[in-house]
Amino acid sequence: MAAKTKAKKTERDAATLSKIEKLAKGVLAEVTKGKNPAVEIRTRTLTNVSFNEKKKIIELGDRVQSREFFNTAMARKFMQTLIVAKGCKTLLDEGKTVSIRQLFYMSKHTLKGTTENTFEDQSESDPVIEDLEVTVDALREELHLFANKRGLVVGKLSVNDSGDTIDLAHMGSGGWGIPSICEPDRLKFVNNSAEFILCVEKQAVWHRLNEDRFWEDHNCILMTSEGQAARGARRLLQRMATELKLPIYVLVDNDPWGLYIYSVLKQGSINLAYESMRMAVPNVRFLGMSAFDYKKFTMPAAAEIKLTKEDIARAEQMKNYPWFKDKKWQREIQATVDNGFKMEVDALLTKSISFITEEYIPKKLRDRDYLQ
Amino acid sequence: MSKLTPEDAPVPKRRATAESMATRQREISVSEFFTKNRHLLGFDNPAKALLTTVKEAVDNSLDACEEAGILPELLVEIVEVAPAPTPNQPSRFRVVVEDNGPGIVKAQIPKIFAKLLYGSKFHRLKQSRGQQGIGISAAGLYGQLTTGKPVVITSKIGRGRPAFQIHLRIDTKRNQPDVVKDETVEWDKDHGTRVEIELVAVYRGGRTGVQEYLEQTVVANPHLALTYVSPKGERLEFPRVTSELPREAQEIKPHPHGVELGMLQTMLSDSPGKSVKQVLVDDFSRISPAVAQHVCDLAKVSAKTPADRIHGDDLDRLHKALGQVKVMAPPATAVVPIGEALLVEGLKRRFPKAEFYVSATRPPSVYRGNPFVVEAGLAFGGDLPPDEPADIMRFANRVPLQYQPKACAISESVYQTNWRGYELQQPKGSLPVAPMAIAVHLASVWVPFTSEAKEAVAHYDELLREMKLAVQECGRKLASHIRAQAHANRDLKRRSLFERYIPEVATAIGEILGLPKDDVEKPFYAALPSFVRFADEGPAPQAPPEGGNGKAGAAPPQTPPPPAPPPPAKGKGKGKKKGAEQLMLVE
Repeated sequence: MAAKTKAKKTERDAATLSKIEKLAKGVLAEVTKGKNPAVEIRTRTLTNVSFNEKKKIIELGDRVQSREFFNTAMARKFMQTLIVAKGCKTLLDEGKTVSIRQLFYMSKHTLKGTTENTFEDQSESDPVIEDLEVTVDALREELHLFANKRGLVVGKLSVNDSGDTIDLAHMGSGGWGIPSICEPDRLKFVNNSAEFILCVEKQAVWHRLNEDRFWEDHNCILMTSEGQAARGARRLLQRMATELKLPIYVLVDNDPWGLYIYSVLKQGSINLAYESMRMAVPNVRFLGMSAFDYKKFTMPAAAEIKLTKEDIARAEQMKNYPWFKDKKWQREIQATVDNGFKMEVDALLTKSISFITEEYIPKKLRDRDYLQ
Repeated sequence: MSKLTPEDAPVPKRRATAESMATRQREISVSEFFTKNRHLLGFDNPAKALLTTVKEAVDNSLDACEEAGILPELLVEIVEVAPAPTPNQPSRFRVVVEDNGPGIVKAQIPKIFAKLLYGSKFHRLKQSRGQQGIGISAAGLYGQLTTGKPVVITSKIGRGRPAFQIHLRIDTKRNQPDVVKDETVEWDKDHGTRVEIELVAVYRGGRTGVQEYLEQTVVANPHLALTYVSPKGERLEFPRVTSELPREAQEIKPHPHGVELGMLQTMLSDSPGKSVKQVLVDDFSRISPAVAQHVCDLAKVSAKTPADRIHGDDLDRLHKALGQVKVMAPPATAVVPIGEALLVEGLKRRFPKAEFYVSATRPPSVYRGNPFVVEAGLAFGGDLPPDEPADIMRFANRVPLQYQPKACAISESVYQTNWRGYELQQPKGSLPVAPMAIAVHLASVWVPFTSEAKEAVAHYDELLREMKLAVQECGRKLASHIRAQAHANRDLKRRSLFERYIPEVATAIGEILGLPKDDVEKPFYAALPSFVRFADEGPAPQAPPEGGNGKAGAAPPQTPPPPAPPPPAKGKGKGKKKGAEQLMLVE
């Protein structure tokens, strides 16, 4: 095993490796002293995140959970953490990158003499990977892991993705798929002539706008996160915001869930609060749909979907998040609740097929009708 | 229709005269009475008859051995002489019970075995198995009635003495023995008695069977060495587990609080020439001249009245006064319990593969002037059936009671105990469901049975309370055992969890740091004991398993009788608990 040909390591890989080794050494040292070895993991829950008013991002607090081995409630997770660490160490040694699902299979095996598996399914390994990220303070890509790529881009931008230059103005109807790792060493911006970025929640809306050549007419970059934004999409958006210095508009459904997608792009998520610094884009603009658009655009009743109990509960919950405490957000959320219905962006098609391309977005942009 | 007036009714015709009736009036022999009422004595059906026969013979043998101070060694053999044409039909059996007892003087043999109501135990107050002197001759009579065969007794009273073999028949009309054959035989035993009875019976297994009786007898009599040969020819050997004979029970005089009116009358009229006071002092236990005077005063009877002149109201008042007067409890030396340690040994002999044994002997107590001791023991776990109601073994003076469990105070004491408090399951109003056998023994000079068949103990409050206390004491000890066990199980689970994950963690750390897995495992295994308790490491700091490994009963080698209290002379029985008379022990 030791004689395996080792791939050339970047400086970054070497740093990550030493962090993993430090973790293992710490555990071994503790247990050798007869102590209960523990891995300290920063707690990733609402109670341990705070909203940094100055930076306008969600930050992870200092509370740590000590994951001990000699503790029946924690032993299994402790074991899993070290198995994942070992998997990442192997990836770093061999210079390979795998998906988090592939790491699950790399790490899964049956314990000797039992029917118990190290991991029963991926829902067990995914949180452990996030635990490891915060514990060794390494990003997912630094651990040579990626999630399934999600998100599409077209527009007035050319990029260099792992050595290939791609002109995003010539992507046909399919668009360019956003890689899960959008770090500068792999992805570079080559040439930009866009004036702003429009990010829509839904792939179907993106498709509508692409077919209507919206990005060409408005000289912009058109992007979709395809639902809740994956890390690749968030990182890309942040880099575009800082490096290209373009304003970003977000178009999501008019319901609490849509607003939360915007919120994650803007200030980060609770679960990945430790990544906020690299991913949050505090000045991203909420273009719509707003609860007030119903009247503004004289939408027909056919656009309404009745709010469910869960929708209302989620809205109330979000009103209590510190980052929605501002009056304008309280007003926006309350308006949806008061309407008693939600609207999908697709509902704009009740007007006409290209109403969104020709009327809705241009008018909103023109009127500077957005929240930030 | 016209009404019939009483005057109109025809005068009944006389059917018989006093004289003619007198010709039909005659004495009924006990034997004849038995023939018609054999159910009273435990011969109601062929299966029970077999059990009763074995039981009477074994009880007699054990009583005789103990009285003579001989460690009993018994052989019980049941032979099917003529198989039944169809299974479960009555067939002919020969019951053989042979002991190494003192033997019986030749002249007494016919009376003991072939005359009903003849014996040594009826006329005294002393703890013994048999009480009325009716059992063994009744068994012989039953055999004779069903097979026509005589009872065969072989007996020898000492080395160098001849062994007699006597064939006996009972003259049922006269209640007299009838010696059919009488010969001297060769017998390699130094002394002992062998009884052979042929009878029509059914051999049955299970709760009311002969084998169950013998196995229970083994529990209550750890000093007994028993060999049993079943009708199928199987040979069961129970070697004795102690060479300690039960202490000899002392005969006591009646206690004033327990005497019945009829008995009082007999005692008085049997003492002509004595004064009432004299009879009270001489023939009762715990009555001093001062107490006797007090009784007479209470009864408004002159102390000097000749005893045989007390009748009617005087007798009634005297009886009542005896019940009221404050006297010391009867001496506890009259009662001999099995003892905690030996009861555990007895349980182990029958259930050698149980996991836990415990027993409790209560201090002596009194009901209606009769001293008694209750003790309980239980065997738990191991190979006992886990999903069945617990097995109750009831004993009165070391004799197993197998019939009428529902009517018995002993069963009641087990039912009334809340076993859920002792970590067991107990459906409402039923027995606990657990791998458990419970033994409860009542030792007393006079065991109050619900009927002459001696099948169930009557519900006296004092008895029931002591029984419950004994059972509960065992229950508490069992509970702490079960809890300790659960603790150990949890520890074992914890330990195996860590042991399962250590190799995984060690492999991961080893690969990250480039170390051999074994080197990493070592410190983990070394640290393990500080985080889990190893069950096999003996008593843990907290909650020591009370008498785990079945040593519970043996722990305090407390054998009856309890330590003698301070001088008995003026002790007034400091009533410790309400309702129970504290016993003063006099050696």
